[in-house]
Amino acid sequence: MSGLAKVVSHRLFWPIVMLLVLFAINLVAFPGFFTITVRDGQLFGSLIDILRNGAPTLIIAVGMTLVIATRGIDLSVGAVAAISGAVACSIILGSPEPGNLATVAVAVAVALLISLVLGVWNGFLVAVLGIQPIIATLILMTAGRGVAMLITEGQILTVNSPPFKFLGSGFWFGVPVAVVIAAVVFGIAALVTRRTALGMLIESVGINPEASRQAGLRARGLLFAVYTFCALCAAIAGLILTANTAAADANNTGLFIELDAILAVVIGGTSLAGGRYTLFGTLVGALVIQTLVTTVYTVGIPPIATMVFKAAVVTIVCLLQSPTTAASISGFRRRLAARAGKGLAAS
Amino acid sequence: MTELLDAPRRTDGRTPRPPHGPAGTGGRRPGWSGSSGSALARFGSAALGLLTSPKYGPVTVTAVLFVAVFVVGGIRYRGFFSGQVFLNLFVDNAYLIVLAVGMTFVILTGGIDLSVGAVVALSGMIAASLLQTGWSPAVVIPLILVLTSVLGLLVGLMIHVFKVQPFIATLAAMFLARGLCYVISQSSISIVEPTFVQLAVSRIPLGGGLSVTPSVIIALAVVALAVWVLHATRFGRTVYAIGGGEQSGLLMGLPVARTKVLVYVISGFCSGLAGVLFTFYTLSGYPLTAVGTELDAIAAVVIGGTLLTGGYGFVLGSVLGVLVLGVIQTIITFEGTLSSWWTKIFIGALLLVFIILQKVLTSRRR
Repeated sequence: MSGLAKVVSHRLFWPIVMLLVLFAINLVAFPGFFTITVRDGQLFGSLIDILRNGAPTLIIAVGMTLVIATRGIDLSVGAVAAISGAVACSIILGSPEPGNLATVAVAVAVALLISLVLGVWNGFLVAVLGIQPIIATLILMTAGRGVAMLITEGQILTVNSPPFKFLGSGFWFGVPVAVVIAAVVFGIAALVTRRTALGMLIESVGINPEASRQAGLRARGLLFAVYTFCALCAAIAGLILTANTAAADANNTGLFIELDAILAVVIGGTSLAGGRYTLFGTLVGALVIQTLVTTVYTVGIPPIATMVFKAAVVTIVCLLQSPTTAASISGFRRRLAARAGKGLAAS
Repeated sequence: MTELLDAPRRTDGRTPRPPHGPAGTGGRRPGWSGSSGSALARFGSAALGLLTSPKYGPVTVTAVLFVAVFVVGGIRYRGFFSGQVFLNLFVDNAYLIVLAVGMTFVILTGGIDLSVGAVVALSGMIAASLLQTGWSPAVVIPLILVLTSVLGLLVGLMIHVFKVQPFIATLAAMFLARGLCYVISQSSISIVEPTFVQLAVSRIPLGGGLSVTPSVIIALAVVALAVWVLHATRFGRTVYAIGGGEQSGLLMGLPVARTKVLVYVISGFCSGLAGVLFTFYTLSGYPLTAVGTELDAIAAVVIGGTLLTGGYGFVLGSVLGVLVLGVIQTIITFEGTLSSWWTKIFIGALLLVFIILQKVLTSRRR
């Protein structure tokens, strides 16, 4: 009983149950769900699709996890993704050889550099001016789409550049490039924050900024670092999204992706109140969201209803993780135990 | 009671300290008005006090800004400086005014409501689809208002009973509302019902060739009601008290739980009403309308001087905020050569200025 209770009370229990339930629904609706085939040396299958389509959300969610751990939030990631896509596409379009690898490398580098500047801007507002993160990043969220449209001049920039397209839809040793990039970002974040004290420092800033400052922590620098990292993640995701369609659409690239990323973090069990975070939980959360989208397709529900299901999943997960629910469950269990004890005593 | 409303708030673990000046009078400093007796200096100090108080400062700046932008527009463009251009700010933004009113209640308690844009779209879709099947507007409009209020109630309960952050709970409501829009229909449904068309095209003459739409009257009635509720009822005072410090409100025996849930009901109701007004404006329901309107509403409230941490702010400030957004839009239209995306950049820049202003004003009081 106590072993089971331990498993149930683990904070990743409900998200993983959710993921398994979604997998089960898929398996019933589509028996070949788990099959992965190799075609022309490239992996194919529903699971691979989930990983590939979920990669941009996962990448942003990794950055978002660290921001949320500092008791912050970054609403501007969608706009940053749009800007980075717009910058890369306009550079590639403006060059004489769009198919040249060097051109693409320059475009990607410039896009990433600009995202660093945007991240520093967010960090400046939050860490130096002390503005609430949700509002500080709201500024860039609103203005950022305008800036992206300024770069694309209101057009959808379509590029014809094989090296750039490779980022979005290419394969590397049989694995989709987007998945490889997501794995690298996830791996770096996990290694750097969990194999060093950095993760603990980030958590301490989230739990009590003033106390950690007085303990000699450079909270300001940490805040700069997490917002910059988050913007960098957003830019990488933006490049993948743009490369996937080979077009930069300032209005629609990364639209609502900030919400998906935040959801992934919350479903994964990291509290928006800051403090302890789990990158593995975020991974599970991102997979739950993407699997949900795929499930809606495989089961044959019109895909437009996806948002209703997302709302349902968010509500259920939030209610299950709520302290009120935990209290009532433990109260119920205690009553049950008391009744059992009484029964024993009577017999 | 004003003592409570103006009491210093605890922010992020900093210990509260008593305010410098006498609370409630706009932070006027004794040294200023006492040193020189002339009326001009007294006026100057009163103006300074008004500008530097966290309660009145931002809203004063917004009012000055609005007048300044309007005058600049009047000088730059022919035909700008007319009563009808001013009234059109209300005509074009009636729904946004109603949304901003609801959002003001929520933000005053320190919460946020991201679902308003999606609820506007949903009520438009419900109206359009029900009217298409021949329902009477006398049934449809009340039904929409009840449904959106119930949605607000559910969100409020989720926030209060289950301790879900307002951000996430209203996000779920946003997904739900937007998803239901698509479930109702994926394409635009136009409204041909006579009452709606009548309300959409009719103008109420104000004399001198000026006119407004019925929506403006409804929006202004909502504003008046909200001002009364916030400043003359116990409920309104509790709203301010929760924003000032939820724990203190609780210890004072105020009905915190009920009030916190009710502000989301109000926001839901306002979103529903705004949706109805929006359909008067567009005469159609479309699942993708009002995407990002929640940001406009939040921006209007912030520019209108309501503190995002709650406790300070006015409904009339939010109306001014909407008017500022409207006048920027109008100037961009009059300018002609500026592309539409400049609106977003300007709104972002304005938000930045006002947030920094709020920050400066509140930090002075510590």
